[in-house]
Amino acid sequence: MADTAHGRGPGSGDHGGSRRDFLVLASGAMGAVGAAAAAWPFIHYWNPSADVLALSSTEVDVAPIQEGQAITVTWRGRPVFVRRRTAAEIEQARAIKPADLPDPQDDAVRVKKPEWLVLIGVCTHLGCVPLGQKATEARGEYGGWFCPCHGSHYDTSGRIRKGPAPKNLPVPPYEFTGDTTIRIG
Amino acid sequence: MSAPQSQNALIRWIDHRMPIFTFMHHELHEYPAPKNLSYWWNFGSLAGIVLVIMIVTGIWLAMHYTPHVDYAFQSVERIMRDVNYGWLIRYLHMNGASMFFLVVYIHLFRGMYYGSYKYPRELLWILGVVILLLMMATAFMGYVLPWGQMSFWGATVITNLFSAIPLFGDPIVTWLWGGFSVDNATLNRFFSLHYLLPFLIVGVVFLHLWALHRFGSNNPIGIDTKGPQDSIPFHPYYTIKDAFGTGVFLLVFAGFVFFAPNFFGEPDNYIPANPLVTPAHIVPEWYLLPFYAILRAIPDKLTGVIAMFGSILLLMALPWLDTSRVRSATYRPIYKQFFWVFVVDCLVLGYIGANPPEGWFIVIGRIATAYYFIHLLIIIPLLGKLERPLELPASISTPVIGSGAAQPQAARMEKP
Amino acid sequence: MRKIVLTALAVAAACFAGSLPASSSEAIKPPSQSWGFGGIFGTFDRAALQRGFHVYKDVCAACHSMNLLAYRNLRALGFSEDEVKGIAAEYEVTDGPNDEGNMFQRAGRPSDRFKAPFANEKAARAANNGAFPPDLSLMIKARPSGANYVHALLTGYEPPPPSVKLMEGMNYNKFFPGGQIAMAPPLNADAVTFGDGTPATVAQMSKDVVTFLAWAAEPELEVRKQMGVKVILFLIVLTIMLYAAKRRTWAGVH
Repeated sequence: MADTAHGRGPGSGDHGGSRRDFLVLASGAMGAVGAAAAAWPFIHYWNPSADVLALSSTEVDVAPIQEGQAITVTWRGRPVFVRRRTAAEIEQARAIKPADLPDPQDDAVRVKKPEWLVLIGVCTHLGCVPLGQKATEARGEYGGWFCPCHGSHYDTSGRIRKGPAPKNLPVPPYEFTGDTTIRIG
Repeated sequence: MSAPQSQNALIRWIDHRMPIFTFMHHELHEYPAPKNLSYWWNFGSLAGIVLVIMIVTGIWLAMHYTPHVDYAFQSVERIMRDVNYGWLIRYLHMNGASMFFLVVYIHLFRGMYYGSYKYPRELLWILGVVILLLMMATAFMGYVLPWGQMSFWGATVITNLFSAIPLFGDPIVTWLWGGFSVDNATLNRFFSLHYLLPFLIVGVVFLHLWALHRFGSNNPIGIDTKGPQDSIPFHPYYTIKDAFGTGVFLLVFAGFVFFAPNFFGEPDNYIPANPLVTPAHIVPEWYLLPFYAILRAIPDKLTGVIAMFGSILLLMALPWLDTSRVRSATYRPIYKQFFWVFVVDCLVLGYIGANPPEGWFIVIGRIATAYYFIHLLIIIPLLGKLERPLELPASISTPVIGSGAAQPQAARMEKP
Repeated sequence: MRKIVLTALAVAAACFAGSLPASSSEAIKPPSQSWGFGGIFGTFDRAALQRGFHVYKDVCAACHSMNLLAYRNLRALGFSEDEVKGIAAEYEVTDGPNDEGNMFQRAGRPSDRFKAPFANEKAARAANNGAFPPDLSLMIKARPSGANYVHALLTGYEPPPPSVKLMEGMNYNKFFPGGQIAMAPPLNADAVTFGDGTPATVAQMSKDVVTFLAWAAEPELEVRKQMGVKVILFLIVLTIMLYAAKRRTWAGVH
């Protein structure tokens, strides 16, 4: 493409050469623009398709969840924990000073209504799903979740307290569409 | 002629250890090409470009395609509807197949007209026919993948051709299917091979180019280059000419893709495959129609299958069937006319292949089939002996520079 | 050049063959209509699309599925997000299993596919006197000259000529291959009431529903044609430049 420098064959007189170089250069540039534009559909092809995007938000009815219980829903292929916290759990989460935490964050910014905690249930260490959703499962030393892979302990706000995980369990984008319905995503 | 020393130290470093830049410079830049090549010589590089387009779009399609009888049709429609630009990539691939054959057929008939298959380019020609056969197999298997009605019934009919083989016919067909009808196993193996064969084509294309670069291109006059005055470096002369030809081609291609994407397709293939209902007319894609006509022209199943495959394989023998020492039809007044009759014969075969085998279509189909073989097996060998060719110019430069009066003694001297 | 002629011939022949059913079941070629979505700059008339969807929903959907469409696709017809939610919610879809392992019914969502009138092909046949109402998602692409054909079929019912003996439960329609179709005339004047006040004649309903079906078969059509115009214009300029560069490069070759 960019071989215009070689563009002097035996047959062509030097006179007019610069004009030819310009034409070749201009059409080469035009072709490069076209090739770049043609690449875009191939790149965009890899992005989530319309049917996948249509499922990118999930509505959850949380009414059946009792205090102290939690459910797991799938959102964008990952588990989302929805936990209805007891007053004691909320109290526990709010008692601690955020500055003392590995990933300082106030409980108030992690919930929309203190009773409801919504988290992406993927350990921030290496991507395992922490235990603690069922009453029978280990909830770790801080009453939240416990990741069995490498022993990370999360508190009742889903914040990392102990273990190798660097970050708190992330809160997905969600909103209450009714008193007891949440739309995640 | 050695490669110019590059300014770039890295290029020099690599080239010293693996002279790939010298090689490329030699094969693409210095590579001497006859200076009188017409636009008919554009179609070889064009075919290479289409092959690349087909492979890239095909790889992309495979990223969202599901080769399973329950999902194939839907996954293709998902590509068309939900995947970003999926419709564009699928239509490029679909119409690209037709464009590929269009370009390759023109390339092939150009070779026939100008005698490009003759010494010393016989192997080049044979490799070309091998590419054509691989293309047909690839295209046929690709057509099965959307799993529409034509996909399914086309696959059924074509695989059933092998049942014509004596003694082992039925076991072979069962083996091809991996079952007792065209089914999931068949779809999966066709997908696998449809993905594989194009890379084989790429391999044979490189052999084709290797053979081409041994003696260089033939040319419209059909006589060898006699010296530097007859040739020009491939680059920039033919690179720019090919680029222009590619632009024209892309215009045609884009016209189909954006404004008539189903022009070459069959409506029936938008109906999901149904093993219990056969469409009223099963027709292959247009590029296979002439061979389909040959198949149906012969009432005996086995003979029909042999004739169909033979009609393509016979092309490999063309360098020896043609006894004329003159390459270009420009200097063969009688061959030139028979060439066009042969082209028309292929058109007629295509037309017959698209129509039901009834009434006059049968008669015309048989005549056209007979002529196809007569042309290759009788007319071509005889013409070489009987025809008196016109006087050949002394060299490529002569007719361009001179007054057109070729030196008589130079005629018929081009063959060693 | 000749090969282009070959292509044209072969394709014309293929189309000809496709539109020429076996002599025993003559069907008449549907007359050509002018469609807003035809041609190089064709687009879908949004009002016609919405009316056409109305016809499909109230009439066709009683028997014909459109499995490839989801309610979310209706945004392309000009419906707002809330309107699409409302349309989807009119349908009860089966979801599940829930935590007890049971399937349950819930209101449709935009991400759901169009609800099919029958659970499967057997059920459809049982309810339709043995005939299977085909899925309409791709109907316009799945028939030769699809839009003209469906329009001709929908408006082409007439009493059978004396020479035709109708089988039981069949209806005469000269545009249907074989002339006898299990589908009773689906459109009657004023079968629907259009929100925009357009009189619901049979021809109007047919044109609108065909427009809707054409969109359903080729939802990419507008984007495709608009992109096509740009691509062609670009290629024309590029090709002219390449031609000039080629002429210039070759100027010295004698």
